[in-house]
Amino acid sequence: MNKFDTFKKGLFIENPIFVLLLGLCSALAITTSLTNALGMGMAVICVLIMSNVIISLLRKIIPNEIRIPVFIVIIATLVKCVQMLMNAFTPALYESLGVFIPLIVVNCIILGRAESFASKNGVVDSLLDALGMGLGYTFAVLVISFFRELIGTGGLSLFNPFDASQVIFQVQLFGDYSVSLFTQPAGAFITLGCILAFIQCLKIRKERKAKKVEEK
Amino acid sequence: MELVSLFIGLTFVNNVVLSKFYAVCPLLGVSKKPKNALNMGYAVTFVIVIASIVTHILYHFVLVPLEITYLDLITFILVIASLVQFVEMFLKKTSPEIYKSMGVYLPLITTNCAVLGVALDNISANYNLIEATVAGLAVSVGFTIVIYLFATIRERLEIANVPESFKGTPIALITAGIMACALAGIAGLV
Repeated sequence: MNKFDTFKKGLFIENPIFVLLLGLCSALAITTSLTNALGMGMAVICVLIMSNVIISLLRKIIPNEIRIPVFIVIIATLVKCVQMLMNAFTPALYESLGVFIPLIVVNCIILGRAESFASKNGVVDSLLDALGMGLGYTFAVLVISFFRELIGTGGLSLFNPFDASQVIFQVQLFGDYSVSLFTQPAGAFITLGCILAFIQCLKIRKERKAKKVEEK
Repeated sequence: MELVSLFIGLTFVNNVVLSKFYAVCPLLGVSKKPKNALNMGYAVTFVIVIASIVTHILYHFVLVPLEITYLDLITFILVIASLVQFVEMFLKKTSPEIYKSMGVYLPLITTNCAVLGVALDNISANYNLIEATVAGLAVSVGFTIVIYLFATIRERLEIANVPESFKGTPIALITAGIMACALAGIAGLV
């Protein structure tokens, strides 16, 4: 597998949320607005890159029996750093993401990549894998929050994550017909369910086409 | 009385799974059979209750006096990981069947958001030791109820005529969404 494939697979083919179904807790919770999703995505990318690089550097030193506790301590340290940095530089985002920043520690994506990729591959590959997976996560949460914000509030808005008063764009499309259910927890489950169904539908269609070609 | 309302509030009204999305992974993973779901619920209950007591004591009697509260995440996750290891060893010795049927989801309790989430929530809500214990118990009872109900619904869904693209996880997620709607109905209770 060449370097570009390592990077690319996290985006679509092995998208952590839509395909591997990892890290759903945070993906469902923070997708109430595009800004939150973007902020969370950046936090996850930072932690994922650092943890993958550190773990792949240390992979020959860490004894196999206690690797999971070691990974978790490394990840917890990194998450705490990110949490403190976010508290200092993005206070508004820190407020609105709340407990889900420390909960990145138990996000299955990060431990999963450490266990299944970084502990077996070199630094460059691990870095690319982390970047791909992180961007895949960000892409997925952005898609979910796009639908939730659009249907739930009738408009879309994106603020600068580092400065909440700076509006990047804000549009109101159909405020009168918004379904506020979608900003609530129930809406998160339903949105993700529908997106997964759509992906499954595409997959089934692809398989059918492949079968037809074979029959011919 | 306050403890009762805290308990009911965390079990039903603010059920962690359906309103805060803690522990969605095991909810989707282990809930194929109601029996497994119940076993998972018991294991998680044990871990959460003990973890909320231990983390509370560690935070208020070790981390705060030494002014090293920035080590909270690392301390908590180590406490949780060792508790899970203990449960794993215990189940392996006493009931290998349960141990086998739960498979990889048993060690994964470590990365169950509910355990760490409750510990962190207890700290940020400034509960005392008794309240923290009750909160831990309430959250885990709520988790067990939801995962058991969800497993029974999923068992029925297996034989239901679901559209092809909704089969499996999508319909499970939508079921969870409808359950969350039902719980939102009692939002004003406490």
